[in-house]
Amino acid sequence: MTIVYEDRGDEAASDVPVNRIRFSINGQKKIAEVEPRLLLSHLIRRGLGLTGTHMGCDTTNCGACTVLVDGRPVKSCTMLAVQADGHAIETVEGLSGRSELHPLQEGFKQEHGLQCGFCTPGMMMAAKALLTENPNPTEEDVRWALSGNLCRCTGYQNIVKSVLWAADKLRSQS
Amino acid sequence: MYPSRFRYEAPRSIAEAISLLHEGGDDAKVLAGGQSLVPLMKLRFASPELIVDINNLPGLDYHQEDPDGTIRVGALCRHADLERSALLKSKQPVMRAAAPLIADPIVRNRGTLVGSLCHADPQGDWASVVTALGGHVIALGPDGRRAIPITEFVTGPFQNALAPDEIAVEAVIPAPKGTLAGGYLKLERRVGDFATVGVAAAIETSGDAVTRAGIALTGVGGSTISATDASQSLIGRPLTAGSIAEAADLAAAAARPRTDHRGSAEYKRHMVRTFVVRILGRTNGSVERAA
Repeated sequence: MTIVYEDRGDEAASDVPVNRIRFSINGQKKIAEVEPRLLLSHLIRRGLGLTGTHMGCDTTNCGACTVLVDGRPVKSCTMLAVQADGHAIETVEGLSGRSELHPLQEGFKQEHGLQCGFCTPGMMMAAKALLTENPNPTEEDVRWALSGNLCRCTGYQNIVKSVLWAADKLRSQS
Repeated sequence: MYPSRFRYEAPRSIAEAISLLHEGGDDAKVLAGGQSLVPLMKLRFASPELIVDINNLPGLDYHQEDPDGTIRVGALCRHADLERSALLKSKQPVMRAAAPLIADPIVRNRGTLVGSLCHADPQGDWASVVTALGGHVIALGPDGRRAIPITEFVTGPFQNALAPDEIAVEAVIPAPKGTLAGGYLKLERRVGDFATVGVAAAIETSGDAVTRAGIALTGVGGSTISATDASQSLIGRPLTAGSIAEAADLAAAAARPRTDHRGSAEYKRHMVRTFVVRILGRTNGSVERAA
């Protein structure tokens, strides 16, 4: 895995600070060398090639880059990659099995929970954390849990329905 | 966007963290939740050369109550921990009201109360809450430990009283001497936006009379505003519609709002008055109830 850094031109390559970290991504153990200023979102997208995690606003507002860190949703544009050391990261790519969609993905399909789809990975990861903590959420619980994720297309109505659909499905499976 | 280049250290002990900060001086910065610092670094408003990440320091993620009722919040206690806290729900109506209003649910998973105090954003909610409650911050440095009252800790917009080699390790909320009531109300354009106006009010009563009052304002001045005239006006008498109206007027007079894209100065001042009446009005006659 290679990440190419910008050369500012005023220091030797060996002087550029690089840290080695150990973490897991969707259950797979990894070791990476990262410059401390690399953001977690960039490690995921550029370093690991997992482009399901989207960068929307890059200013901690939109939540498109939401991933789970040890099960808790975090905006990956607002955490340094080097801080992932020793932690378990989950991205949207970790939701589905080889052939089966995750109930959340199925729910977004059934209830038309997306239009352009840009915000969807972040919505799903925030929703996954909600359903783990609260398997039987009310509509209000869902709206509350997703209030850090912006969608410019849907008006949220169908996103909320999708999450409630997934909650039903997950409960019926357990 | 990404920050300018810096060296990163993640010490395992407070002593090690302090010695790194001492070595880094003005160019070093403590990283806790990072929900304000990382965006500032990405925008290059802050370009520290050394980041001392305190997330690996053991035993700082607590919030707890001493036997005497004092509440202590460690530097790594996240907003989300406070939002879900049974302790705050039963004992601390003002903090309980504020916790779910900080930023958005995802940011609350990382951001910390102590970090918010250190960041000293005039639009930060916790500084008002801790001011209204008369709290202080515990700092550790090479010369030991000191307690800094919140009104001295926040020295201006984005400025605090810490020396470059000091770490704020804990926020302390003193035990109420009377029956505590109050709350926090915040006007925001949408979830996650900065406060247009925020008001924290804490009232302690003994019998009928108010024995202590704290009112502090968010987002209506260059720094967190402690509305001391408003608080003082309430002390020594029962809370009535008349005393509440008087305090609300004094709080509105203490505000120094500016007209901007979030609203006119007049509107913000009006909302300060409205929020004081709402919080204290709910408190009146039902001191047990949280906001």
